[in-house]
Amino acid sequence: MTDEKPKRIKVTALCELCHARKAVMKRPKNLQKLCKECFYNVFETEIHNTITNAKLFQSGDKVAIGASGGKDSTVLASVLKTLNERYNYGLELVLLSIDEGIVGYRDDSLATVKRNQIQYKMPLEIISYKQLYDWTMDEIVSCAGIRSSCTYCGVLRRQALDRGAAKLGINHVVTGHNADDMAETVLMNLLRGDVARLEKSTTIVTQSSGSPIKRSKPFKYTYQKEIVLYAHYKKLDYFSTECTYAPEAFRGTARELLKSLEAVRPSCIMDIIYSGEHLVLAPKKKKVTTQYKNKKKLTEQQQEEMEINPDGSVSLKSKKQEFKDGNRCEKCGYLSSNKICKACVLLAGLEMNRAKVTIDNNTAVDGAAKLTKTLEQLSF
Amino acid sequence: MVIKVKVEFLGGLDIISSSVREHKCSIPLEEGEATMKDLIEYVTKNIITDAKDIPVFIEDDTVRPGILVLINDTDWELEGMEDYVLESGDVFTFTSTLHGG
Repeated sequence: MTDEKPKRIKVTALCELCHARKAVMKRPKNLQKLCKECFYNVFETEIHNTITNAKLFQSGDKVAIGASGGKDSTVLASVLKTLNERYNYGLELVLLSIDEGIVGYRDDSLATVKRNQIQYKMPLEIISYKQLYDWTMDEIVSCAGIRSSCTYCGVLRRQALDRGAAKLGINHVVTGHNADDMAETVLMNLLRGDVARLEKSTTIVTQSSGSPIKRSKPFKYTYQKEIVLYAHYKKLDYFSTECTYAPEAFRGTARELLKSLEAVRPSCIMDIIYSGEHLVLAPKKKKVTTQYKNKKKLTEQQQEEMEINPDGSVSLKSKKQEFKDGNRCEKCGYLSSNKICKACVLLAGLEMNRAKVTIDNNTAVDGAAKLTKTLEQLSF
Repeated sequence: MVIKVKVEFLGGLDIISSSVREHKCSIPLEEGEATMKDLIEYVTKNIITDAKDIPVFIEDDTVRPGILVLINDTDWELEGMEDYVLESGDVFTFTSTLHGG
């Protein structure tokens, strides 16, 4: 009763690697129990191995870290800085953030990125939707509704990251997508029968057609649980508030399913990625039917027609002819596989709604009077 | 008799407790010992502000998958999970891993 010495540690409670310190965590990957020091070591080394096995970087590369201020990108910035110094990658690391213009969410998370900039001594570039597209996400949502917010935001962010990187003269953006995210995407594509995406969803390096900028995911094999633990134990400064707009509903469902599966079988995240990596689509068989023969006669006619994609964009050429690099969007001049890039198609739809509100020669003062006048002039 | 412990909600999980991250709790103990199960029950009854948010924290009578639980900074999977016996001065950290990164 009087003995206040620290509790004696049972042998079974010791770290399974160093056998000296008390284990503090259990790895979901292999159920190994590790102490803090060994966990840091294993965590960082695995990411280093992922980077070297995939030959992600070359000495002298300038690499932008897509930084949101959230846990994944904060840990990514911290780990890449550590590894760059430890293994002499010779990388020049830059933080690249996108300001979608979401009050109460992105403004707070950008404050975190600005602190990271100082903590990690990295230059920071912020690209805003407002300056790039003249729309903030808040304005888009008030115009197009909350349900499609993720669609707009996703398309616009993809291009914003590319443009931000191009502005900095960088052709490689790393993102904090982790193993859980990847398994989630595999599940989603599987559940939707989206086989074309399924095959590509586990590649570590991706590149949009026509884009000179490649993206990679050094956390491809890193569990979310370990990222959160790493951030927690290292006391990293990260931001964790959910976006104020509706999350992509189907992804949420896939995430819950995955979390429930993980609770029963922690290795399933790795297993799903492994399955995804080894899925190869059988080449499409050409069916020579009467229909096909009839179509063949029509090909001359077809070549003059433009193909309209479901999302409203216009394909430059028929599907058989592969996309050539260097096409530019007719509206914004940015690289695009279509005549008009996806961002411009979406923005054009939005502009049509906005244009009606600011009617020409409206000299009325701002405010209620203007609104009434505007409403009077509206015609459907 | 009561057991005094600290409960923390991190990683955005503080939305279930009116954005209060740290809670000092006194868990009533009549006899025997209190376990993690009692703490979870205490949290659902006394800390979660809106009963609608209980499913954010609980699923199938235990902490929802995707919420990381640390007992004195150690993964609760190493501490017997729901069967862990509470001691005065313990710190329980619940971190959501489900929030965007």
